[in-house]
Amino acid sequence: MRNPYRTQNIAFFFLLLATLLIVIPVGLIVVIIIQKGCGAISWQFLTDIPRQGMRAGGIFPAIVGTVYLVTGAILFALPIGLSAAIYLSEYSKDNALTRIIKLAIVNLAGVPSVVYGLFGLALFVVFFKFGASILSGSLTLGIMILPIIITTSREALESVPYSFREVSLSLGASRWQTIRHIVLPSAIPGILTGTILGLGRAAGETAPILFTVAAFYLPQLPKSIFDQAMALPYHLYVISTQVPNVDEKIRYGTALVLLALVLFMNLVAIIIRYKFRKRKKW
Amino acid sequence: MRKLKEFVIEKFVLICGIASIFFVVLIFLFLLKEGLAVFKIAGPFKFLFGRSWYPISEPPQLGILPLILGSLLVTFGAAVISIPIGVGCAVYIAEVAPVKTKEILKAGIELLAAIPSVVLGFIGMVTLVPMVKNIFGIPTGLTALSGSIMLAFMAMPTIVSIAEDALYSVPKNYKEGAFALGATKWQMIWRVMLPAASSGILAAVMLGIGRVIGETMAVMMITGNAAVIPHSILVPVRTLTATIAAEMGEAVVGSEHYFALFAIGIVLFIISFAINVTADLFLHKRQR
Repeated sequence: MRNPYRTQNIAFFFLLLATLLIVIPVGLIVVIIIQKGCGAISWQFLTDIPRQGMRAGGIFPAIVGTVYLVTGAILFALPIGLSAAIYLSEYSKDNALTRIIKLAIVNLAGVPSVVYGLFGLALFVVFFKFGASILSGSLTLGIMILPIIITTSREALESVPYSFREVSLSLGASRWQTIRHIVLPSAIPGILTGTILGLGRAAGETAPILFTVAAFYLPQLPKSIFDQAMALPYHLYVISTQVPNVDEKIRYGTALVLLALVLFMNLVAIIIRYKFRKRKKW
Repeated sequence: MRKLKEFVIEKFVLICGIASIFFVVLIFLFLLKEGLAVFKIAGPFKFLFGRSWYPISEPPQLGILPLILGSLLVTFGAAVISIPIGVGCAVYIAEVAPVKTKEILKAGIELLAAIPSVVLGFIGMVTLVPMVKNIFGIPTGLTALSGSIMLAFMAMPTIVSIAEDALYSVPKNYKEGAFALGATKWQMIWRVMLPAASSGILAAVMLGIGRVIGETMAVMMITGNAAVIPHSILVPVRTLTATIAAEMGEAVVGSEHYFALFAIGIVLFIISFAINVTADLFLHKRQR
């Protein structure tokens, strides 16, 4: 007779194995990059321009470019995304329009990143004639992170108890006053989390900026939003596949800076969410 | 005055809400606008099933069958690796792991989801590619197999988190019922939880596969980029996404090559649209 507990032990062993098969490589990836990248990181590496055809020097223009792009993307996506979330959570009725909006958000989140790149090229670079510029790249990234911001903000708004709204409305506050003074303040940590996750995503994506902004090599910093810029993820791509004989240290160093930037943002988001969950009293 | 303000705000947030629909339509329209021109040259059938992709020869040969097969091969490989591991991990996190371990594992999965694809591509290039080359004794490690392994890692966070949600949302009394009948924990998981969560798990798998098909950078860096019809998983291939990313920089705006790359974009958009709508249906079926 088969012993059900032995079956269970075997099954649980395989489940654990599956989990380890994910977690261990992830740990290894992070450890390898930190270990090999640390040696490259110095003040000079972070603040100098690339030299000798990117085989020496630093990655400062790429860092600055990424900061500009991410800032632009969030300036575009946050107002629209938050308003859309407010609409979905506070105003929308359960009708066909709402369902279509939700479906559109799901689809927007699923569009391949390189297709965003094509779209940005066709609309911003060619049609609006912004050229390959920080403006085009930021708008493309902004549309790409819109679904992240809408989804997380909506969850944050919807987790505010309904009774808060009822009390506020019964005291004579208007709908917008209720949202502005009661619902939004309670939802801010959740909205912040979503915004930071969006930032992290925008900082790490390469395909959408390939044809809309990224410069192969640009020794000076961009002066206006109509300039091209270097960006960290694209720079990493370039020095690991396009330029021969780049010192491995520089590659790992660039990967480390990018990884640290993205993971730092995610860590902040996780901490905010964790603290908020602990403090939340409803 | 106050009424007017309320009215304006309500309309403003409505417009922002509709913006998502607007952007999806806009993306599709612009892909069509730039991409449909290729069918005047190649014809849809010849484009989709043409066996050779030489976009800059004279006249250009614009058949994307090698690219479609490349994408399918890499995706199939990634699915074979990531589905059992991803679903297994989801079950482990949802049902087996102690509470504290659970939190750590979830953070680890989130970490994996956050790593930019270009970083994974880079790591794949320096670690996985030489490994594949040595193990199989082949001239280059830049193969469909390397791509599949790396992409499996990119699909897993999606599969794990959505499948875990699906398991989590199975009503508690199902579980209690199974235990009350004397089932072991594993019997409960295998006979009750997995069937009850099956449509959610299916959606998780589909969305994971959607992520793989759309992935660009990592796949471009480690699959070797040879636009020929693959006959084995140990040869270099080129995917739809990598073709766009690698060639758009050189394509002249308004050339046949440019149109063809946008037409590939249309194909990708339609694939991702179909996957997302179907997955959404499965997720909603679960809620009812």
